[in-house]
Amino acid sequence: MNKEREPLFSSKNLKLITDPLNSNNPITVQVLGICSALAITVKLKPAIVMAISVMVVLMVSNVVISALRKSIPPRIRIIVQLVVIASMVILVDQVLKAFAYDVSKQLSVFVGLIITNCILMGRLEAFAMGNKPWPSFLDAIGNASGYGVILIIVAFFRELLGSGTLFGYPVFQKIGLYNIGYENNGLMILPPMALITIGIIIWVQRAKNRALIEEK
Amino acid sequence: MKALRRYVDKIKPNFEKGGKYEKLRSTFEAFETFLFVPDTVTTRGSHIRDANDMKRTMALVVIALVPALLFGMWNVGHQHFLALGETTGLWQSFWFGFLKVLPLIVVSYVVGLGTEFFFAQVRGHEVNEGFLVSGILIPMIVPVDIPLWMLAIAVIFAVIIGKEVFGGTGMNILNPALTARAFLFFAYPGWMSGDQVWIAGLKHGLRAVDGFSGATPLAEAAAGHLGNLPSAWSMFAGTIPGSVGETSTIAILIGALILIYTGVGSWKIMVSAFGGGLIMGLILNLWGANAYMQVPAWEHLVMGGFAFGMVFMVTDPVTAAQTETGKWIYGFLTGIMAILIRVLNPAYPEGVMLAILLMNVFAPLIDHYVIEANIKRRLKRVKVTA
Repeated sequence: MNKEREPLFSSKNLKLITDPLNSNNPITVQVLGICSALAITVKLKPAIVMAISVMVVLMVSNVVISALRKSIPPRIRIIVQLVVIASMVILVDQVLKAFAYDVSKQLSVFVGLIITNCILMGRLEAFAMGNKPWPSFLDAIGNASGYGVILIIVAFFRELLGSGTLFGYPVFQKIGLYNIGYENNGLMILPPMALITIGIIIWVQRAKNRALIEEK
Repeated sequence: MKALRRYVDKIKPNFEKGGKYEKLRSTFEAFETFLFVPDTVTTRGSHIRDANDMKRTMALVVIALVPALLFGMWNVGHQHFLALGETTGLWQSFWFGFLKVLPLIVVSYVVGLGTEFFFAQVRGHEVNEGFLVSGILIPMIVPVDIPLWMLAIAVIFAVIIGKEVFGGTGMNILNPALTARAFLFFAYPGWMSGDQVWIAGLKHGLRAVDGFSGATPLAEAAAGHLGNLPSAWSMFAGTIPGSVGETSTIAILIGALILIYTGVGSWKIMVSAFGGGLIMGLILNLWGANAYMQVPAWEHLVMGGFAFGMVFMVTDPVTAAQTETGKWIYGFLTGIMAILIRVLNPAYPEGVMLAILLMNVFAPLIDHYVIEANIKRRLKRVKVTA
């Protein structure tokens, strides 16, 4: 049936990866997954681990749901999606506890809360239910990276300005900023500043990408 | 004056379309309209026409702030020499405080106006004069020893996040001056609270004489040392440690009279805010679960920044409620919240800042319900006659 088989990385498929990075970013454009973006971006390391966890969970569940999409009865599709996500999250959580206990403790409840992350449900419902596994896989990579990129940008600024470190390395101390009277900004560690940082990212993005500005 | 006008007219063509400095047009306009009342009038739509435009209104607020500012300068010096155990004359104290406060004012204005002018240039609109008042308010609500670079960052934050992102002067939800203070309070708590920061020099290693405490009355009260509270008279007069301009209730009342007489500040908000504070104080007196709650209600009105906030900050016409009934509710709730946070939350010895910011957020909601109620009332009237 697949006479004109699409190449694996056709431009349509590539768009699945590149779109969520910019013009259809899950955080800055769709404004999903804000909760975890505020909670775990105090330091870079947990943010990166979180980004990877979300990517793993989303990739697997997207492919699984996409493979099952014809046999899932529409009336119970949400619960099926939840079961798939939840099992993946538990797996990831256990792996983190086993191999990265410190980070797992810092992320605390937020790994478990990946289940309720709107990005995942959104991708499963909006994409995987209607597309083949391979595009679903690419879509998962794209959206999880779009999420992760924002997470890492926010965490970079929050850790640098809030604690003066990067990955725990005391950058500001090494270049002697404290000797001339600099002090860490305590507000950067508090959640409101994460929201404001995301707001500024959205502002910058829209200033660059005019197509995103809604018509009045 | 004439020579100045001629000079302005002479350089004007440079800034008009096609002129040499076309890009700097909004900057030029800002200075021109600051110096001279513009002769352009609104031509379309219904507008209230008044000789008193926004720049002149702002200037009145600044004038109303002058008594508190001058007193604050003197008090900075007074407290400093008190800590050293020296007695000094009026002018020596004032001069010391003047030199301490002047850099704060300069930094606040230069950085704040710089940011405003930058945004005006980039966005191509005229420079709004909203920062005239914020620029003088900010130095008056911070401790005198705050490092200048922190002040600069707070001012940039307040102008951009507090104002420009909402569309500039007149569109902001939160009071910009208080946004700056809240930023400092949460970002650099070591410089904004405690008993070291209020006296010039203490934080930089000045040794106070034995028995001198730099704590503000509020900090003493929050710590439960109610015996250390200064006399009500000195709290009313303002010879106590505190932020630069907030200490003297007398000077603030003079400012309040100017605001009310000229109609710039809403007397309804001021009265209801003081009423709210008084009533909350009385309720706490009745409760009286600890020593702090038993502080006489009226004493709360002269402590800390209550008077300053309720006269100069709550009445900010942009962030306050706009409807007449709304003003009563808004002021009243602000007063209540201020005393509530102050007494019941040990983490925040002064609740005025947070109370005002909180009520700023609620002001549009209050207005909404006042207007809805009005519509309903009038609809009912229509039905009865029909």
